[in-house]
Amino acid sequence: MSFRFHQYQVVGRALPTPTNESPKIYRMKLWATNEVRAKSKFWYFLRKLKKVKKSHGQMLAINEIFEKKPTTIKNFGIWVRYQSRTGYHNMYKEYRDVTLNGAVEQMYDEMASRHRVRFPCIQIIKTATVPVALCKRENTKQFHDSKIKFPLTYRKIRPPTRKLKTTYKASRPNTFV
Amino acid sequence: MPFRRYVEIGRVALVNYGPQYGKLVVIVDVIDQNRALVDSPTIVRTQINFKRLSLTDIKIDISRNPPKKDLKAAIEKADVYNKWDSSSWGRKLIVQKRRAALNDFDRFKVMVAKIKRSSLIRKELSKLRKTQKA
Repeated sequence: MSFRFHQYQVVGRALPTPTNESPKIYRMKLWATNEVRAKSKFWYFLRKLKKVKKSHGQMLAINEIFEKKPTTIKNFGIWVRYQSRTGYHNMYKEYRDVTLNGAVEQMYDEMASRHRVRFPCIQIIKTATVPVALCKRENTKQFHDSKIKFPLTYRKIRPPTRKLKTTYKASRPNTFV
Repeated sequence: MPFRRYVEIGRVALVNYGPQYGKLVVIVDVIDQNRALVDSPTIVRTQINFKRLSLTDIKIDISRNPPKKDLKAAIEKADVYNKWDSSSWGRKLIVQKRRAALNDFDRFKVMVAKIKRSSLIRKELSKLRKTQKA
């Protein structure tokens, strides 16, 4: 599974000066498509929070964070601050996925489709793995059933490889199972 | 017509698209409307879209998210692979595989066998026609 967004842990601080021998070290977890963008985003956020810029700061570490258990399904809650055409808003969204990167990718896709908000206008405030009892959205809660059972209605059958695709078929397809 | 094959925990499905094409997998958990967690003794537990699965009639008895060895034991107990190979769908797939693996000599042998078979049938048919005419 290749993700568009990778999660990075970025650690940086201001450069030491004669007045401040050991400046405070700041660590951030953020999502970006690659390491270079992650470092850039780090300075973007840090500038907004502290009086430090890339020009007088130093990057101490950048590590990619991988999912601990990609074989279990989790409910992810994502708190988002986004810029719409009229102003800034906060949102809380829930996703069911196997990895946090997958959930974040779902979030970006959903924000783009439902609210026409693109990547630069979205800030992830917080993410958390939400236990089943604390999920808020009906959309995720409907899958919290250990005896879940539903049929697959309207099955479009497709060829097993793109190579076997044809424009015309000899007979009409059967979409029942 | 009611639905007979449901997406449920323990449903055996055939992967019909992608790198795992042709494998029998068991639905171990449902992620959301479009995706399920599937597992099989030969693969790592992964998520897969329902579009890539063809549900079968076989269902095994497992709890949600079982450990791998429980899954293996349940598959053994339900005798999934034998049931599959003896089902009509499974048998058709075996024949398809055999036909795809024929070499030129095998195809020649098949042609000869088909000619022999059809000539026997035609002989019997002509005999019946003669007795009918008479």
